[in-house]
Amino acid sequence: MTAEHIDINHIAALCRIDLSDEERKTLPGQIDAMLAYVQQLKAVDVQGVEPTLHALELSNVLREDKPGENFPVGTALMNAPEQRNNQIVVPRIVE
Amino acid sequence: MEKLFFKSVEDLSKMLAQKSISSVELTRIFLQRIKTVEPKVQAFLSLDEEKSLRQAEASDERRSRGQALSPLDGIPVGMKDVIAEKGQPLTCASKILEHYVSPYDATVTERLHRAGAVLVGRLNMDEFAMGSSTENSAYQKTRNPWNLEYVPGGSSGGSAAAVCAGEVPLALGSDTGGSIRQPALCCGITGLKPTYGLVSRYGLSALASSLDQIGPFARNVADLGLLLQVIAGHDDRDSTSCNVKIPNYSQFITKQQPCRIGIPEEYFSDGIDLEVRQAIENAITFYRKNGYSIVDISLPHTPYAVPVYYVVMTAEASSNLARFDGIRYSSRSSMATNATDIYFKSREEGFGAEVKRRIILGTYVLSSDHLDAYYVRAQKVRTRIREDFAKAFETVDVILSPTSPTTAFKLGEKINDPLLMYLSDIHTVSVNLAGLPGLSLPCGFSKAGLPIGFQLIGKAFHESELLSVAYQFERVHDFVQRFPMVA
Repeated sequence: MTAEHIDINHIAALCRIDLSDEERKTLPGQIDAMLAYVQQLKAVDVQGVEPTLHALELSNVLREDKPGENFPVGTALMNAPEQRNNQIVVPRIVE
Repeated sequence: MEKLFFKSVEDLSKMLAQKSISSVELTRIFLQRIKTVEPKVQAFLSLDEEKSLRQAEASDERRSRGQALSPLDGIPVGMKDVIAEKGQPLTCASKILEHYVSPYDATVTERLHRAGAVLVGRLNMDEFAMGSSTENSAYQKTRNPWNLEYVPGGSSGGSAAAVCAGEVPLALGSDTGGSIRQPALCCGITGLKPTYGLVSRYGLSALASSLDQIGPFARNVADLGLLLQVIAGHDDRDSTSCNVKIPNYSQFITKQQPCRIGIPEEYFSDGIDLEVRQAIENAITFYRKNGYSIVDISLPHTPYAVPVYYVVMTAEASSNLARFDGIRYSSRSSMATNATDIYFKSREEGFGAEVKRRIILGTYVLSSDHLDAYYVRAQKVRTRIREDFAKAFETVDVILSPTSPTTAFKLGEKINDPLLMYLSDIHTVSVNLAGLPGLSLPCGFSKAGLPIGFQLIGKAFHESELLSVAYQFERVHDFVQRFPMVA
């Protein structure tokens, strides 16, 4: 069984997390160990087996599309780190 | 005053009904108890005394008019800090939600309000429910009330420790891979993970959406049933909530029904502590002598449960935690100079080591090069695990196993070895993968004075059967009547 080596910089970029130099050193070894542990799943015969997305058989239940109560804007924005005129403030995105 | 804070909810509820105590008096007794033991136990992240006493006053008012809402009217309850309560903090024990205040109530919170419960405060946990010791909290390390050198289990360690130490008679937690049952075991109390879909997840901060369930902690089985009664039931706001008839749990608990108990050989491997094995075998003997038929069964895919779990859970977690972006409602890094930087830096500063580790593993198993090899394969093995249970339940009604292979471990013992920590969940994760209900019940103490517990696993939506089987054991043993000497 081939061992997997994670490209930590690539994956950290995909999930938008900056890592410290220390984390860049310690994380790959820990992740590799977990991937090696997970390799044992290859021993299971899964030919013709359907993947489980949810434990219970669920079908899509549609409800009537009618407006309910919503938050006032002030409530919806009460946890925004920066806001102005009922809008969330972010740094300039388009030059 | 005798130790009211160790009384059962049934007793306290009777006292309230007979007006031998008011909810305000009762709430003050628990708040005082919290003040006495918190310097040692550190289960609470926040308390709201004023609001609790207002809720208690309202309860007394209702009772004086003979309009009590439920047996829980006026009873203090603690909430794991992952369940929304309007106007209260919701930190998930993470720095990234340090200043977050819930704008709305979770469905379970609404239901507790409608039952008249007094919500005293918010309980510590592993950050975003990732852990088995509560040491991953960004704020504090909760101690095991039986021995302060030991962990209370996790991730709902604050909830378990608070009930154990008599700080609240009831608490809610959440369980994704064992986060209610394992801390209940570590603290010597009862805890239940309901069937997936029995309790609404609306207002629960999501870890792994196909596995998460909210569930109750209590000192004994009857109290567990009382709290389950309040929180169970269909909710339009959770698309995975099931529309099933909710039985009257209290009526079922004391009735002994004919029942076949399955003992899965794979759960009794060499890794189990001798003392734990002995206590569980005593429990099996008890059931055999008391009219239950004991059946040896096999759940052959059990060894694959932890690897499946750590692929499925991290995949779902990496996706769920993408919402913490520093833009809309989580803490924003002051170091960021442009919009993309806000994501990278806010998440670097806001998340702890374990959360980063799991997001990265989850992102890896979901990345296009590895999707089939890890995520899809794990979902297929998950099907095998479900099939194992379905087959077992053709011949038995309930399955009995250890809750965990050991008693509580020491603080610091496993924190630097993630894989070793993950193996604490070896007996609980399958239950989440299969969406079944699981209950942990105390069944002994180790020589070191730490609680031992066993787990009962039931068919989907057969919680009443679990409560009944557990009650038959509990009523002739005194394990739930022993209390830790915290203060």
